[in-house]
Amino acid sequence: RLLGRNSAAPVVRRELDDDMLEQLEELLIASDMGVDTALRVTANIAEGRYGKKVSVQEIKELLAQEIARIMEPVARPLPLYPKTPQVVLVVGVNGSGKTTTIGKLASQFKAAGKHVVIAAGDTFRAAAVEQLQVWGDRAGVPVLTAPEGSDPASLAFDAMTRAQAEGADLLMIDTAGRLQNRQDLMEELAKIVRVIRKKDPDAPHNTLLVLDATTGQNAISQTETFQKLADVSGLVMTKLDGTAKGGVLVALADKFGLPIHAIGVGEQIDDLAPFDPEEFAAALTGLEA
Amino acid sequence: MFENLSERLGGVFDRLTKQGALSEDDVKTALREVRVALLEADVSLPVARQFIKAVEKKATGAAVTKSITPGQQVVKIVHDELIATLTGEGEPGALKIDSPPAPILMVGLQGGGKTTTTAKLAKRLKERDGKKVLMASLDVNRPAAMEQLEILGKQIGVDTLPIIKGEDPVAIAKRAKTQASLGGYDVYMLDTAGRLSIDEELMAQVEAVRDVANPRETILVVDGLTGQDAVHTAQNFDDRIGISGVVLTRMDGDGRGGAALSMRAITGKPIKFVGLGEKMDALETFEPDRIAGRILGMGDIVALVEKA
Ligand SMILES: Nc1nc2c(ncn2[C@@H]2O[C@H](COP(=O)(O)OP(=O)(O)OP(=O)(O)O)[C@@H](O)[C@H]2O)c(=O)[nH]1
Ligand SMILES: Nc1nc2c(ncn2[C@@H]2O[C@H](COP(=O)(O)OP(=O)(O)OP(=O)(O)O)[C@@H](O)[C@H]2O)c(=O)[nH]1
Ligand SMILES: [Mg+2]
Ligand SMILES: [Mg+2]
Repeated sequence: RLLGRNSAAPVVRRELDDDMLEQLEELLIASDMGVDTALRVTANIAEGRYGKKVSVQEIKELLAQEIARIMEPVARPLPLYPKTPQVVLVVGVNGSGKTTTIGKLASQFKAAGKHVVIAAGDTFRAAAVEQLQVWGDRAGVPVLTAPEGSDPASLAFDAMTRAQAEGADLLMIDTAGRLQNRQDLMEELAKIVRVIRKKDPDAPHNTLLVLDATTGQNAISQTETFQKLADVSGLVMTKLDGTAKGGVLVALADKFGLPIHAIGVGEQIDDLAPFDPEEFAAALTGLEA
Repeated sequence: MFENLSERLGGVFDRLTKQGALSEDDVKTALREVRVALLEADVSLPVARQFIKAVEKKATGAAVTKSITPGQQVVKIVHDELIATLTGEGEPGALKIDSPPAPILMVGLQGGGKTTTTAKLAKRLKERDGKKVLMASLDVNRPAAMEQLEILGKQIGVDTLPIIKGEDPVAIAKRAKTQASLGGYDVYMLDTAGRLSIDEELMAQVEAVRDVANPRETILVVDGLTGQDAVHTAQNFDDRIGISGVVLTRMDGDGRGGAALSMRAITGKPIKFVGLGEKMDALETFEPDRIAGRILGMGDIVALVEKA
């Protein structure tokens, strides 16, 4: 196998031909990059090298460099603004990791000396509020709640009032998971945004779309629709500690250019890391560190 | 968003002329497009590769029906093969719940929909089959996971095993078994914590639970939006724990559902149900023909070919 691990073997150079390009494409496709993007990325590295002799290590390094180059501009931490309370709305499809990510982010901001408040805007799912309360306790941050079944927009409004009154630096709002093709639920989200803007026309200052790394090409449609209806300002990808490589991020960077603020690498409170384009590219191409 | 197969094949159709039988070249040309369509639908690469090979063998030399083009003929063969692969043995939706209390073990990655599906299945067993069901949460990891199952149990009128904090999953499984026997339950369902298939510790833990409960069914709950990773999940969970069936959740989304093919091809186990929403009745038996059309993104052409 061209792309197997055999670091101990002597360096073998092979001609960069169609066969090799196809194997590289497949390596990328198997990371969820999508066919079109994989074709483009391999075509870029083949340019000027076609027919030349290359080793497996060299070609993987080239691939990784190309991917890191694409990802570099979107690797940006969550921006902090002088205006307080800075409102961070967290959205995404069901089970992607929104609530957990809020717990992790709250803990990081709290450790950085920020006054953080969390609003439990998922008033739908069973025990969603209780789940977030545990995260609030772990992070040492208060959690504002409303009864199950109540209107999330009115909770968001109350949370804005309270965060402003308390002089909080950050207000993080959790929302219920929703599939992007559910128009009624997407409208509910748009309503949350409208209500928040009544209190502060610039809010939410950040709308984070949380994506699950195991998701395939549907992440593209998720990003497109959530951006259209909820004005997404940045991405977080969770579950990158598993076998999924999250290659769809490359397609997303190419298509939407949204910043990737952080990645989830586990279920514990510290398992949130900055997005590192080089590490990501190395993992994606199977390059040994 | 995605170009569907019929559009892709539009050009190929034009190029292929009627010839009586499918030539190797016709088949190759058409299957290149089919392969891309499968990958765009999130079918795992090794599965797509294997599938195309199988179709290629069947299609080459096949007679072309007079009223359709060779391209359409290839599509029909692909579609039939898809349905054949997706169709599992046995009655769709049937669960082995004889010899009460029958244990059902629910496993899968984090956030896939195990807890929700546990409750949906319990509701179905209770209402359709008149079974007395007990649900137990073995999830000692995720905050409020046990409360989540308890709340769902109240909603659907199904008993849950009382929560005892600090108990480990094996102990909870044992208590569920005892309670199910003493309480005269027909079925007891064990909802487990989400785990990565490469998490050695947690995989060993669920193995221990399996050995205590001896489940009649071990259901792998998989997100229907899963991409290429489906192959790892299917392989690792089946190798390690031995699954008896699959439930695909979030099929109410607009994903193409290629994970269905990956799951079938890799585990050989039936897809028993699909989850179609968050509500407790949003669970249906798996229908291969619907998913086949969805994976190919082309109900229209299939209808056309069917008429031919
Ligand atoms: N391995 C791993 N698990 C994660 C990560 N982030 C979240 N999870 C797990 O994924 C599951 C779902 O996470 P939640 O935070 O509840 O997801 P959510 O988006 O709030 O879900 P809903 O509110 O139901 O839509 C939980 O079991 C989390 O522990 C991560 O980065 N890695
Ligand atoms: N739209 C939709 N949402 C679903 C479906 N099944 C489950 N969900 C949602 O997906 C999210 C996660 O579901 P859970 O049942 O908590 O998933 P889990 O596998 O138990 O998660 P962990 O225990 O954290 O591993 C919740 O928001 C559910 O409401 C489905 O078929 N369709
Ligand atoms: Mg949540
Ligand atoms: Mg659960």
